[in-house]
Amino acid sequence: MKRMQKTFSVLVVSIALAFVSLPGLARQATDSNHSIDIVSWQTSNGARVLYVYAPQLPMVDVRVVFDAGSARDDGKPGLASMTNSMLELGAGKWDTNALAEQFDNVGASFSSSAARDMAIVQLRSLTDKPILDVALAAFRAVINAPRFDADELERIRRQTLIALKSQQQSPGTIASKAFYKALYGKHPYATPTIGTVDSVKQISRDDLKAFYREYYVASNAVIAIVGDLDKAAARELVEDIIGKLPKGEKAAALPPVKPLTTSRVINKPHPSTQTHILVGQPGMKRGDPDYFALYVGNHILGGSGFGSRIMEEIREKRGLAYSSYSYFSPMRQDGPFVMGLQTKNDKRAEALALLDKTLREFIEEGPTRKELDHALKNITGGFPLRIDSNKDIASYIAMIGFYDLPLDYLNTFNANVEAVTIEKIKDAFSRRIHPDRLLTVQVGADLDGD
Amino acid sequence: MLRKTLILLGILAWGLAQAASDQVHEFHLENGMKILVKEDHRAPVMVAQVWYKVGSSYENNGITGISHVLEHMMFKGTEKHGPGEFSRIIAENGGRENAFTGQDYTAYFQTMEKSRMPISFELEADRMRNLTLPAEEFEKEVRVVMEERRLRTEDKPRSLTHEQFQATAFVSSPYHNPVIGWMNDLENLTVEDLKPWYARWYAPNNATLVVVGDVDPDEVYKLAKKYFGPLKPSKIKPIKPRKEMKQRGLRKVIVKAPAKLPYLTMGYKVPVLMTAEQDWEPYALEVLANVLDGSDSARFPRELVRKQQIAAGLDAGYDLYARQSDLFTIAATPSEGKSVDEVKKAIFEQLERVKNEPVTEEELARIKAQVVASKVYELDSVFYQAMQLGMLETVGLGWKTLDEYPERVRAVTPTQIQAVARKYLVEDGLTIGVLDPQPMDQPELAKKHAVKNNKQGS
Repeated sequence: MKRMQKTFSVLVVSIALAFVSLPGLARQATDSNHSIDIVSWQTSNGARVLYVYAPQLPMVDVRVVFDAGSARDDGKPGLASMTNSMLELGAGKWDTNALAEQFDNVGASFSSSAARDMAIVQLRSLTDKPILDVALAAFRAVINAPRFDADELERIRRQTLIALKSQQQSPGTIASKAFYKALYGKHPYATPTIGTVDSVKQISRDDLKAFYREYYVASNAVIAIVGDLDKAAARELVEDIIGKLPKGEKAAALPPVKPLTTSRVINKPHPSTQTHILVGQPGMKRGDPDYFALYVGNHILGGSGFGSRIMEEIREKRGLAYSSYSYFSPMRQDGPFVMGLQTKNDKRAEALALLDKTLREFIEEGPTRKELDHALKNITGGFPLRIDSNKDIASYIAMIGFYDLPLDYLNTFNANVEAVTIEKIKDAFSRRIHPDRLLTVQVGADLDGD
Repeated sequence: MLRKTLILLGILAWGLAQAASDQVHEFHLENGMKILVKEDHRAPVMVAQVWYKVGSSYENNGITGISHVLEHMMFKGTEKHGPGEFSRIIAENGGRENAFTGQDYTAYFQTMEKSRMPISFELEADRMRNLTLPAEEFEKEVRVVMEERRLRTEDKPRSLTHEQFQATAFVSSPYHNPVIGWMNDLENLTVEDLKPWYARWYAPNNATLVVVGDVDPDEVYKLAKKYFGPLKPSKIKPIKPRKEMKQRGLRKVIVKAPAKLPYLTMGYKVPVLMTAEQDWEPYALEVLANVLDGSDSARFPRELVRKQQIAAGLDAGYDLYARQSDLFTIAATPSEGKSVDEVKKAIFEQLERVKNEPVTEEELARIKAQVVASKVYELDSVFYQAMQLGMLETVGLGWKTLDEYPERVRAVTPTQIQAVARKYLVEDGLTIGVLDPQPMDQPELAKKHAVKNNKQGS
């Protein structure tokens, strides 16, 4: 229930720094034999299913992921996102209000979202059969028979334009959009998932329907199920919601990302008291051969909050920022490597120089023995935390399925992490990260625009 | 279909309520510390949270934000463990840790593999009484907090509006002050201010330890006794009531800030569980908030966002678990081409409707179904379960209040909803805040702004 969650969010001011852990990073098997048993199969029409039996709570999470993120926008930025948003706005025999009621009557929680790679449609419901049946009927309609009503499209278009305006008052969002745009140039990752004003104004109902027909098909879908349903019931559920989708075709491979050839600085003037700084370059893919070396290395560089080098230099030693970090965001093609912080405008030069220095030193010298030991203990010892809820497990197995990672990915993760050495980190960072070919974006007051 | 489903949900809810009260174990140490334990054996993990009865609503003028700054300083070392050691040890043990400060509480937590529980207890017990508060660490950390304030408030036009709105709505109540503190108070805060604040509030008889996870309650008690048992209690004087004075008429505040979109925020003075004379009233207000904005099928999204399309986004908020009387809030962003006044008028129409017509049985049934389901869903997070127990205990309601929730919500009638709407959603108790967007892209304006702000906090 939306409101109950809110009770906590409003007043809380937390000390730290989102531990910028990479979306869907690895988890480690530890001494505690907490492993995840994934069962996988294909539906009759070719969709891939990953399932984990979790009988402890009388509920189920169903996460359906299509390769239908904004990387598929094909010159119409915002198309994937708008298609995804429209699914629940009228489907089958129900209009928007009726669909919302159908879910709400049984306390089911439905949501959908799109990012660059993935378009997600998900349901959480109690598993009492009469309740689940009601929720599934609506869920099935949303996936199989969205209406794309013209008047709802116009409303979503206006809402998206408002959201785009709202982003212009957020220095963090301005920085992030400028960063992706400059980093990816002509690659489909360059444009924001939400779209651009010009494009959002032009997207038509036919565009949405064509996009849906092409990408919301069984061959292009991965379904993750976690909950109190036995395998037979899970099979039945999947056939029910996905079995009637056309087989279709898997989306074509995305083009590779071109590396940066030179350093570049982009300044965006904004009337803010802080400057938001992002520095980075193309990083790595899911399943990348250097994944574990880069992941563990970054943990030490700036991926683990307190104790990581960037946090120490920027926040702990000098009090320059509340949040400072680095991360890799592995995607289908090379997602970004990013270092970031926000500091008051007159400190930005100092902070930026520190980021640069910290990165260069790390690439040159690599981590110390002590740092590596500490990181390995943290990552492997924390493994059970990463899969301690159905929600987490559903999101992991959907990721494993979507990116074709091995089914034992979670259960072998600790071993893969422990195999990382100082030399492997130094080697991977020096081959992959180039301090003389970095993109820097600054958004703040009193900057000369580009 | 609907009716049948609801009956089933009713049975389920009853079963859950029964199960819930069996699960929390309460212990007391001789020094006054309270311990709450809830077993959740789904994964080999545990979360430990230490909650203190202190937060921004305990602060007075001139030192606003001190509880939150102290929270940051709790990571800066004791006699036994130097600055940053706490975090290093937790990390080395695979733990996740953090802390948060609210109006009515400050809490610290570690989520760890279950066998590491003693590590968490030892470190938390140590910093409950033995913080060193080094001046040089304070000087850096208070700058971090000022950056946090810039990030969360100064550069966010809606947050700025909320802060002014809150300060306008509350005059004599400590809810007047922002949790993070006013910038000028942060600039003038000293480590000497922090020392008595720490000595006053950080004591076992002002704390609750909550543990949820794959643990044995008796084992938790034994360990807690070992680590927290030797700590000396403090003499803690009860704080003054500081009730809000009676509001005598509509209050308004306009906030001018560089922004692209206008924003409206409204708040009515309402009681909460701690202060209500009629204890059904907060539950009726809770259901009312859900009638307006509990889900996609609620009235605000249905009527104002989708049908009239007057607002692009709209939120109703009410926290029945606040320590002091609070606000029933409504916040909105107008649709393109609509004014703040038009949105306000449309909201008033919806509020008149809840005053004049009883809420339908169907709406009520839907809300109750959602309450029941969400009681199950929240069991998927050990952290959230611990958080609810700790928060209720710390504001003074007691954790058992949590178990009452489904039953009390179910008992709310359409007449009661109408009654609280008529009694509290009245103009004399209303505060309105409006964000009046100023240009963002004029270079002169940007420069002026930058120079002014660079002087702050340096």
